[in-house]
Amino acid sequence: MTEKSKRAKTKVPMTDSNILLIITIAVFFGMYIIACALGLNNNVFTKPQTFMNLLNENAALIIMSCGLSLVMITGGIDISVGGITALITMTCAMNLDVWGGNVYTAMLIALGIGLAFGIVQGYLIAYLEIQPFIITLAGMFFAKGMTTIVNSSPFNVQNEAFNTLRSTRLYIPFIGTVNKAGKFVNAYVEIGVIVALVVVILMFIMLRWTRLGRNFYAVGGNPQSALMLGINVKRTKFTAHIICSLLAGIGGFVYFMHVGSGSPSHASGMEMNAIASSIIGGTMLTGGVGNIIGTFFGALSLNTIKQIVTSVGLSEAWWTNITVAAMLCIFLVIQSIVIARTKGGKKEGSEKEKKAKK
Amino acid sequence: MKTVKKIFSNQIVIPLAALIILALFNLIADPSFYKITLGLNSDGNPVLTGYLITILDSGAELAILAIGMTLVTAASGGQDISVGAAIAISGSVMLRLLCGPTANSQTLLMPIACAFLIAMVVSMLFGAFNGVLVAIFKIQPMIATLILYTAGRSIAAWINQNQLPVVVDPTFKYFGGYIPGCPVPTAFIIAVICMIIIGLVLKFTNLGLYTQCVGINERSSRLNGLNPTFIKILAFVIMGMCVAVAALIKVSRISTINYSVIAKDIEMDAILAVALGGNALSGGKFNVWGSIIGAYVIQFLTTTLYKFNVSSVALPAYKAVVVIILVVASAPTVRDKFAELSKKMKSKKSVKEAA
Repeated sequence: MTEKSKRAKTKVPMTDSNILLIITIAVFFGMYIIACALGLNNNVFTKPQTFMNLLNENAALIIMSCGLSLVMITGGIDISVGGITALITMTCAMNLDVWGGNVYTAMLIALGIGLAFGIVQGYLIAYLEIQPFIITLAGMFFAKGMTTIVNSSPFNVQNEAFNTLRSTRLYIPFIGTVNKAGKFVNAYVEIGVIVALVVVILMFIMLRWTRLGRNFYAVGGNPQSALMLGINVKRTKFTAHIICSLLAGIGGFVYFMHVGSGSPSHASGMEMNAIASSIIGGTMLTGGVGNIIGTFFGALSLNTIKQIVTSVGLSEAWWTNITVAAMLCIFLVIQSIVIARTKGGKKEGSEKEKKAKK
Repeated sequence: MKTVKKIFSNQIVIPLAALIILALFNLIADPSFYKITLGLNSDGNPVLTGYLITILDSGAELAILAIGMTLVTAASGGQDISVGAAIAISGSVMLRLLCGPTANSQTLLMPIACAFLIAMVVSMLFGAFNGVLVAIFKIQPMIATLILYTAGRSIAAWINQNQLPVVVDPTFKYFGGYIPGCPVPTAFIIAVICMIIIGLVLKFTNLGLYTQCVGINERSSRLNGLNPTFIKILAFVIMGMCVAVAALIKVSRISTINYSVIAKDIEMDAILAVALGGNALSGGKFNVWGSIIGAYVIQFLTTTLYKFNVSSVALPAYKAVVVIILVVASAPTVRDKFAELSKKMKSKKSVKEAA
């Protein structure tokens, strides 16, 4: 046996979350490269702007998915994020156009709504120990109902300051395409994308290198032993829900900046998309396993497959949802197989380690 | 004192109390709520009308779904969120069979019973799909059913190629309306038949016991010779049967289908019905009657709110408030705190008396 193969054998086995993360990232890039290679839809996938649009359209989804991943890591769930988004779009729109507020008060309102939902839901879930599904379900109903109570008809925001903020675009140097007139056009991103990337990075750092972040994993993995280790389980769950709802508030405002209108039908079904992104990104609902980078790629994969499906020619509206569901199904089955494998493999691995130690 | 405690520890108390509070509220606000009149409908048949009849009529689907949802909850410790989408699929299959591929047949292409049975088999297959994901692949029920939740309405639209078949035959309307000569809404009769069937099944078979065993401890029930995989899949298949019955009523009410709106959010109501019925959403012990009463509490609340001119779009907000109050009141930790408080009060009293 050579040195190399020995070294490879003694390598630490990959954790569940790493395997799932690698699958997700590989699937995303695989899908994107295949779409480029096939030249789908007049080579639209090879243009940098297509990728940037993917970010532009899904900035809000990425932010919300981050919050949802966090809650799912602690073993809970939050299905109120879509409702909160709808409420925020409507309240902010009313604030800007009818109640005479400005952009800053709108932002404060968005954050305030998120925080309020987070505190109430978090308290009920963490301290009164009511099932998170029921509470956030009621939260979703409440938010959706409140949206129509605030104002029932959808309208576009006319506020000038908001519209300039909305149409602000950041052009990326050196990346772009040559248009028909032979002029070089830089690819652009909206402000929301910057917010989303900052959120992803902050959350990643928080989960990986801070004590609070590790507490989330400990609580999700095994609340009983986390309690034994001296972690305040209730407060950790409370914090997770507050952060999730705050991110829903930020995401709601980013969504509002993207669409520029208030409507009760905005963001319906968004919570399910966010949950799906988290799952495709390798977050496990049982808690304790998950990665923000995976969630980021999960959200992108989810929307790349939607684009691919429409550009392949399955343009009837129903194909999008059916393929998304099929993708979700495949990923869930892969997850379940991976878990079953590693559970079997871990026992063997630990035995081998013991032998090696002897 | 002991009997009082026994009554209050029964899980049916919560939904019953909610029902009584709602009923009293209506009685005080407007006694005419309870007026039931016998009139003639547009077809000239004698029918009962009144708010109570409306509740019994339109709560039927929810009550039927609550039966299936209770079993799924008890066996798997999770909920099926795909029932609304599954109703769309089942209804779409039914209409496709009755109206044919071009969706404009003026006569029924096959007997309604036949179409209903095929639709039931289809929705049982979808139930089995959910069940396999949950039982064999060990995916959490809510997430496993998220797949069908996402795809269901699209599949329903695909079955009929997004056409809207309309059933012309008047007999098809009986299931969601009235059978000529019978003043009681048919939907309620169907719901009662379903309740009787589930009651008999629970009484004369081991289904209830086995379901509870699997829900409480899957491992030990396997060690005792049960097959948890089979029982979980069975629960989802029964859910599929309930979905088909509910779909028949839903589709019959309007004689056509709207893929994106039919039975929207009904999964949430069904889950709430189970929770209001005092069943633990984490599985284990269950009481079907609690869930059925829970379903009618929700319908009672909806009808009451409609009566007070709450618009249908704002309804969820009020519903949510009531649900949160109910759930908080029945939470074990809150109950414990109240018990502690009352104990303290008592001890204070006894101290005072002693002094």
